[in-house]
This record gives sequence, structure tokens and C-alpha cells, in this order.
Amino acid sequence: MIEIRFHGRGGQGAVVASKLLARAVVEEGKYAVTFPMYGVERRGAPVAAFLRVDERPIRLKTLIYEPDIVVVLDPALLALVNVFEGLKEGGSVIINYGGDPSRLPVDRGKYRLFVVDATGIALDLGLGSRTNPIVNTAMLGAFAGATRLVSLETLERVVREGAPAKKEENAMAVRRAFESVREVT
Amino acid sequence: MKAVLTGNESAAWGARLSRPKIVAAYPITPQTTIVEKIADFIANGEMDATMIHVESEHSAMATCISAEATGVRTYTATSSQGLALMHEMLIWAAGARLPIVMSVVNRAFAPPWSIWSDHMDTVAERDTGWLQFYAENNQETLDSVILAYRIAEDRDVLLPAMVTEEAFILSHTVEPVEIPDQGAVDDYLPPLDLPHRLRPGEPVGYGSLMMPDQYMEIRYRMARAMRRARRVEEKAYEDFWDTFGRLYAPVEEYKMDGADVALVIMGSIASTAKDVVDSLRERGRKVGLLRIRTFRPFPAEEVRKALSSMDAVAVLDRSYTFGHLGALATEVRSALYGSSPPIKNYIVGLGGRDVRVRDLEWIVSDIEKVAKEGLDREITWVNLRGGEE
Repeated sequence: MIEIRFHGRGGQGAVVASKLLARAVVEEGKYAVTFPMYGVERRGAPVAAFLRVDERPIRLKTLIYEPDIVVVLDPALLALVNVFEGLKEGGSVIINYGGDPSRLPVDRGKYRLFVVDATGIALDLGLGSRTNPIVNTAMLGAFAGATRLVSLETLERVVREGAPAKKEENAMAVRRAFESVREVT
Repeated sequence: MKAVLTGNESAAWGARLSRPKIVAAYPITPQTTIVEKIADFIANGEMDATMIHVESEHSAMATCISAEATGVRTYTATSSQGLALMHEMLIWAAGARLPIVMSVVNRAFAPPWSIWSDHMDTVAERDTGWLQFYAENNQETLDSVILAYRIAEDRDVLLPAMVTEEAFILSHTVEPVEIPDQGAVDDYLPPLDLPHRLRPGEPVGYGSLMMPDQYMEIRYRMARAMRRARRVEEKAYEDFWDTFGRLYAPVEEYKMDGADVALVIMGSIASTAKDVVDSLRERGRKVGLLRIRTFRPFPAEEVRKALSSMDAVAVLDRSYTFGHLGALATEVRSALYGSSPPIKNYIVGLGGRDVRVRDLEWIVSDIEKVAKEGLDREITWVNLRGGEE
């Protein structure tokens, strides 16, 4: 079983993203369960969403304490939330970051680091506003590119079907992020 | 059709496929998205029902009672304080023998405010004359709505039914769910034919004063209907298996063969416990799980059969009845009267506290100790900050 935690802000679409990803995983014949942080979320506040992926039906109904992968939709959260909490040694961190990755406070001796400029992709495709770009679908593409847990084709199709608006642009964001995500070594 | 749905979307699908004509509900977290989804279905022309907006849960149930009394299938959903506000009307629905079906998203009571899961809300309605089914996952949340109509509307039963799913752990969690085919559901669940429905031009009165020389017989008939519901339920599960290929039972035995100790659990914790039982069995520990799906009518016979030969039994309650034990522990103890192994009650997960694998592993270790050394205490609160006094 692979356990994944998404960090975002209320209104950024982390929960929608985790649902789309679950659908894509299930369409490829695997099993997925996803749930939001059981909180009282507000727009702009740090939120989390969780995803389990397995080859077998998933029966665990507990929260996730030791994720294998962490996805960070907003790099500013690194200063607010311990996004590495419980992350398994050798686990992966996928961060939306367009700057110089050596400036990110990630212990690269312990974790694999992937970066993608999801904000740049979202702005370029007109997803969200200039001040509040919607990066969730780009981050899904980055997730698929970094982990290969789901194929680009399935993810693009699921996003095109399931995105609440701008379906083509969101599918495009998936592809661009899939192709541009890179591991920092 | 394979889908990935939240528990609340599953409940809404269960309602949609059952074709109620009237849906009346008042929003409350975490139930709200059930009714929102149904509103979408109706607005999209996918569900032929009328949504009646009301000013409270009490009115929601009063509306369902009024509509159901005319022979129309009704549906509603609520949680926690909303269910408590319905209490008077719940008794009315059962006493009037109206097979209303309601989804309840289990949420802890205030004060202090909590939007998270425990079973206090539905356990507190145990004695209202409603059938109660506790779902373990989203598939069961959907299927149980259909099953509940089938059982509740049977002429030998005619009692209302509530289907529970736990707040967030199921209600807002997305899982793969098989959505049954509408045609198959239509075959499985015939239209409601309420024998005592109100008909224009045939004036009758129900619910009027009943003198002491008659009242008791009315209650006895309700008791008899509950008893008959056991048989109706078995048949409903058999036919459900034949039609949809998913098997349900009032009591689910999981790896009970060769078990020395057993966990007894209702709701979603049973799902996690199956993983725990599997991993402990691999390590040679002789532990099994008895999942109680049907809390009313309580399947005492099956519980007795499954548990009387155990060395010790751990009953987990995600609720507590102040002044004694958890409600499930009380029922299990009474079912085992006269042939009982030691039973220890574990209060877990109130107000949404996560019940983790390690908590369940600790309970198994503790009950194994009870099996060897006897009962140290009859009830304990698990994972309590600061421990117990």
C-alpha cells in the first residue's frame, strides 16, 4: 500500500485533486481511498488531503501517519506546516516550486525531492486568477510524472471528464507538469 | 457501474435507486452533501422526486410521516443534534408503522461541539422502534438504503429503518463503489404498497386515544414485527446476494474459526480490524472478529452462537451509555447470559478520535490477558489522555 498526503490551502483544490487521482487509479484497475483532513476548513488556511493506493481492496479506515509521498501545492506552506511529519525515510516530496530548488528546506539525504513550476503552468493556461492560480491539476500531472503510479493518458482523461471548469486547460496542465516535473539530485 | 464515491454520495445513490417520491431534510454537517447530491439528481431530471425544504429536522420527519401515511415512499437524512431533535417524530413514525428510510451520518453530540464521528446519536434512538443498520464502508452505505426499504416495507415488518455511516470516515471518504443497475433494483424492490395508507374518500383516523385495555397489544404487535424482521432480513439478504452478488448478514463472522478471543465491533472500525486480525493471525494469534451490522432487531441468537465458546470477548463501543456500559457491550452480555465467557467493554473513538491499528492490537493483547487471567475490570476507555482514574 502506498500512502500519500497532499498539503494545500482551502480553496486550492487539494481535495478535488485527490478525488480525481483516486478515480484515475481505480480506472487502471487498482484500488484507492481518499479523504480530506477531518477538519473545519477555511479558504486560505492550510489543509490536507490523504490518499491510499493498493493492488487490493483497502480496508484501513484510519488517518495516515506515515506517508510514502507528500505533495505540496504551495511552497509557502513549508514555513507554516511540518509537511515532512511522519514521512517515511526514502519517501518522496513533490513541491510546486519554480525557483532554485537548492533553497528549499528539504533533507535530501532522507527524502527524494521533485519540483514542478505548477504556478507557472496554471498562470500560463489561465487556471484561476493571477493572484490565486489553481495548481491542483498541474500537481496531479507532476505526481504521475514523479511516481508513475498512474499513466498520463488515464489522468488526462479523468481530469478532462471531472474538472469542474476549463476542462481542456486542466488536461493540458496535467500533461505539461507530467513532462516538466524533475527530481532534484 | 463502477464509480468512486464518498459515503454521502453513496447514500444519495442508494436513495435515488430506491425511487422515493418525497425527500424532506434539513441540512446539518456532515449530512449536508447527501441532500445536496439528491437535489442535483432531481434538478438534472435523474430522480423523479419532490424535495421539500423544511425549517427543522423535527419538521423533516413530520413531512416524511405525512407523505408516507398516504402510501408514498419517503427518504431523509440527518446527523447528531438533528436526529435528537427528531426524537419525538421517530417514535411517531414507528408507532404509526410507517416504513420510512433515513440515512444517519453518525456525529458526536454537543456540548462540546464536535462534527466528528461516534455512535451516540443513533444508539440514543435504539428504543424508538426503528430498525438500525450500521455500515462498514461506502458500498454498504449505498446497498443498505435499498435493503432497508425492502425490509422495512415488508408487510410482516412495517417499521422505519435507519442506515448509519460514520462522519468523515465514511461520509467524506472516497472509495470505489459499484452502483447497482436501476432495473435490477426495481426488480428487487417493488413499489411501496402500504396496507393502511390514507385514501381520499375513505376517512379513517390513526393515532387517537387508546385505553389501557388496548394499548399494550399495539406495542406487542410492534415487538412482533421487530421479531419477524429477523426472518424478512435474512430473505432480503439472500435475494440481494442473488441479484447483486454482495453478501450481507446481521452479524458478520470474520476469521472466527479457531479463534480463542473475539472482537465485537459495529461500523467502520470493523473494517480496520479485519486488517489487524489478518496480521495477528499471520503471527499465530487466535483472534476473530464479529461485526454487528444490525443493531435493531439485535441478532442475539447469532451473537450467542458465535461467542459462547470464546475464552474472552472484547466489545468495542464507539458510544457510551452514561452510568453503565457501552450499548453494544450491554447487548452482547445479555445475549450471552448463562453461557458467557468474560466480556470486557472498550470505549473507543468518541468525537472522531482515530482508532488506530495499534489501538486495536492493544485491545487484542488485553483481551488475551483476560482469557488467561480472568476479568480485571468490565470497562475501560481506550487511548484516554491522562489515563483512567
